Amino acid sequence: MTVLTQVLNGLQLGSIYALVALGYTMVYGIILLLNFAHGDIIMAGAYISWIVMAQLGLGPVLAIVLSVAGCTLLGVLIDKVAYAPLREAPRLSILITAIGVSYFLENGAQLVFGADAKVVPSYVDVGNVQIGAAQLSTVALITVVVTVVSTAVLTFLVQRTKLGKAMRAVSEDMGAARLMGINVNSTISFTFAMGSALAGIGAVLYSMAYTQASPTMGIMLGTKAFVAAVLGGIGSIPGAVIGGLLVGFAEVFVSAIGLSTWKDAVVFMLLIIVLVVRPTGILGRTMSEKV
Amino acid sequence: MTHSLSRRDLFKFGGLAAAGLGGASLLAGCGGTSASSSDKTIKIGVLGPFSGSVAQYGIACRNGAELYFANNPSIGDYAVELDEQDEKGDATEALNAYNKMVEDGVIGIIGDVTSTPSIAVAQASVADNLPCVTPSATAAEVISFGPNTFRACVTDPFQGKVMADFAQSQGWKSVGTIYNNGDDYSTGVNGAFVEEAGKKGISVPQQSAYQDGDVDFNSQLTTIISAGVDAIFCPNYYQDDGKIITQARQQGFSGPIFGVDGWSNIASGQYASAADLQNCYYCCSFVATNEDAGVQEFVKAYKEKFNEDPTNFCALGYDAANVLAQGIKGALDAGGDPAKDDFKQAVIDQIAKGKVQGVTGAISYDGTGDPVKSTLVISFDADGTEKVFTTIDA
Amino acid sequence: MRTQTTDKPVISLGATAGPVQRRLSMPMRYAMNALLVLAFLLVGNLLVDGGVITRYQTTVLEQVGIYIIMAVSLNVATGYLGQLPLGHAGFMSVGGYACAIFLMRLEPVFGVGARDFVTGSPAALALLVLALLFGGAVAAVCGIIIGVPALRLKGDYLAIITLGFAEIIRVVMQNVDAVLGFELTGGAKGLTGIPSYTNFVNTFAVVAVSLFVIHALMKSRHGRAILAIRDNEVAAEASGVNVTYYKTLAFVASAFFAGVGGGLYAGCVGVMAPAKFGFMKSIEILVMVVLGGMGSMIGSVLSATVLTILPEALRAFSDYRMVAYAVVLILVMIFRPQGLLGSYDFSLSRWVENALNGRLPWKDAPVAADPGDHDAKEANVHA
Repeated sequence: MTVLTQVLNGLQLGSIYALVALGYTMVYGIILLLNFAHGDIIMAGAYISWIVMAQLGLGPVLAIVLSVAGCTLLGVLIDKVAYAPLREAPRLSILITAIGVSYFLENGAQLVFGADAKVVPSYVDVGNVQIGAAQLSTVALITVVVTVVSTAVLTFLVQRTKLGKAMRAVSEDMGAARLMGINVNSTISFTFAMGSALAGIGAVLYSMAYTQASPTMGIMLGTKAFVAAVLGGIGSIPGAVIGGLLVGFAEVFVSAIGLSTWKDAVVFMLLIIVLVVRPTGILGRTMSEKV
Repeated sequence: MTHSLSRRDLFKFGGLAAAGLGGASLLAGCGGTSASSSDKTIKIGVLGPFSGSVAQYGIACRNGAELYFANNPSIGDYAVELDEQDEKGDATEALNAYNKMVEDGVIGIIGDVTSTPSIAVAQASVADNLPCVTPSATAAEVISFGPNTFRACVTDPFQGKVMADFAQSQGWKSVGTIYNNGDDYSTGVNGAFVEEAGKKGISVPQQSAYQDGDVDFNSQLTTIISAGVDAIFCPNYYQDDGKIITQARQQGFSGPIFGVDGWSNIASGQYASAADLQNCYYCCSFVATNEDAGVQEFVKAYKEKFNEDPTNFCALGYDAANVLAQGIKGALDAGGDPAKDDFKQAVIDQIAKGKVQGVTGAISYDGTGDPVKSTLVISFDADGTEKVFTTIDA
Repeated sequence: MRTQTTDKPVISLGATAGPVQRRLSMPMRYAMNALLVLAFLLVGNLLVDGGVITRYQTTVLEQVGIYIIMAVSLNVATGYLGQLPLGHAGFMSVGGYACAIFLMRLEPVFGVGARDFVTGSPAALALLVLALLFGGAVAAVCGIIIGVPALRLKGDYLAIITLGFAEIIRVVMQNVDAVLGFELTGGAKGLTGIPSYTNFVNTFAVVAVSLFVIHALMKSRHGRAILAIRDNEVAAEASGVNVTYYKTLAFVASAFFAGVGGGLYAGCVGVMAPAKFGFMKSIEILVMVVLGGMGSMIGSVLSATVLTILPEALRAFSDYRMVAYAVVLILVMIFRPQGLLGSYDFSLSRWVENALNGRLPWKDAPVAADPGDHDAKEANVHA
């Protein structure tokens, strides 16, 4: 039954990557910004959970709500403070700003909370599910289910609502969207809010599975999720999910065959290969360069 | 604004600025404690990461050293003045801090704390023949560069060997290991354990490595558990080991999980729940619940001064300070003069032949910088409280 | 990509047009600058040997030199080529390992002991030069390996792919021993026992040579092609610039000097550990470049100097340093995206010529004629 357990391991890891990758993909799709700070928003969410449950002694439901709300707020705030003044600036400047924001959040958290990892109490008391001979972790099952639901809701929002239509229009052509009477700024804010809310959900699932919050936890998670978003084709929602699962399964597979030390290298090699062979990713659209 | 300088001028300015600032901070460093500079004082350096990502270990060691010198403010006729320098866990910074201490005129250093910066300092300090006692750098190499470096803790290979002995005594026939491949401590202990286990006939069907920053160990654990092992050995730090234990229990593994002294915060910080910690063991030279009178006295004094329970690192910092102070005391008693250059060699000789009763056990040296000391194996009560399971003598 | 509208061009002709201009001949310019380099090394060496500059300060100055090389080399890819590689520390790591391993393995062949680097025997010097070049060359090869696929991609993709490559380098350094079956890099515990071959004089000799070579490269035909790509890639290609070739050239040059800087670093610290050359280190170097001014060599030199000395001087504030870095990075991007000095570079020869022609900075007329000189603080490495 090892195979079944490993598949579930891959699904769990891949689901978290996919949730985070969705946030990257949405922001990138609309303002072509690689939001380096996205991983650190998840870090903030995990710390919020820790404060609410371990410090204030409040219940897990409040912790989940406040984490998601806090992440959403933080995402919009970052956009307003750091990215909005640079809407017309060269891409390089915005990218460096994003790195600055990420660096700020990591080091700020280290200053405030210290370098040592904080233990996030468990949200729900869960046991294991017995299927045949295999014991499946309930946390893993919850993670997968929440991811599927979140993705479905997101797809509905983007495809079926007016705001979703506005988002797609802005990502297609910002100038033309403005001419059509779409409020570009509020659309961008909404995109950040949605991406960050997903990060908040990701933060809850992450701290449920890995029970710790540390200042640097967002770096690798963010980078891997970005790799996932690029693999799947940046700007594409199903692409982000496929990319996330791909990265998750690749990591689990490499570990399972005993090469876990080469895991990161394999993920980045995968990225390089995909980018060289198909620069827009698996489901990405080709955008012609405007001269 | 109106002058133009060449770049070379600027370098000179940089040099002058550095000289000026260095001098200023040196003055500032002296200002606080040496009110009675006419009296006889000696300076002792305390080097470690007090900020940055490994700050928790550095601060713990510093607290231990501070406590020791708060209890023993002078050695012989000399008042002790501490020169504390932060190296942020970085080898370059450690080297700079070391050079600065030498410039400040320290006669011995307590530090460094983590292995890579300690090696950088050990290499640089050989030429100065400056006595250095590291509280916690466990990498075998640290003491190999010259006779002037000692440590208060036991080494990676020693801990690996101790735990292989322990595994044999518990009758575990097959052990899987999971270790951090990006950390010299983990790889060092794991290597020693596997080698010793081989000699003792314990099979190690699965050694799984992971990387720095990893949080998901499920895949490795699935492989280990499916190999049908009796126990899992995870020689890492408590943050990672907490996750490993939690995830292993989530996968339904109820067998023993054991580690080494990197675990020492695992229960007090609740990195794994008390239920998950049942049937877990680790070796360590200090535990706050040790009923030994000396230990309890230390724990009480530490709590009074810092308002928290001391960790293994605090105790090792205290003992490293003790080792160095006894060495200096011996050299002074033998008629040495701290102002002279041969005093350093006298301190080194005294440390090498002395025996110190520390809170982490009796420490003595037999020709190398590695201590000969006893080790405790710790287990956990139902409520997660640590207790001494057994004591392994040196 | 950024276009230059208000800033002065990076490479200017030196003197502004005027009625009768007294010009310095090229040999004169070289001689003037070479003399200053020698004078600086000599005076510096005297101060170090005489103990006026203490050992602590010397080590810090060596690190200043190393970070000058790192910042200026990253500037080639970021400021001049207009790309954003995030794996500069990876090249530093490769160069450092290669240089140190080369040197340690060949010590017996050259009959050199650790003491010889302190006394400076000819054989030790030759070995050191070879080792630094080897370190640079290995880093340059890595630059080609990553540059060829990465440079086909734009901006963000290049950033992430170089970041990934630096991670791959870290993983390789950690695990290569297990694959090879003998000890090469020392794995996770790192490479230890590296002789301390870096000293004040050789660091700043390497700094001077590196700055000269980079400056000469950027003033040449190749340099203009690289700048053209930054300003408008499509237009440059249309004008017959071989974009792929020059992008790779700039990228490889950047990697080469990063490798040399890494080689000096290994000798300065004596330990190489793979974990120290991660993303954070790359960002530290990037902050130096961005703060000084993208495309300004003097800006990189100045900010590398300040940002290396300042943390030493302000040890008490070390907790806040990283947060301050981040805030500075964001503020600079929002309020002065071209960096503090923009793409300004000062030329000593130009200043001397201006003085010869009677246009002194404190007089009003030349300031009006050439407003860029108003902020002049620094001389360039050569005319």
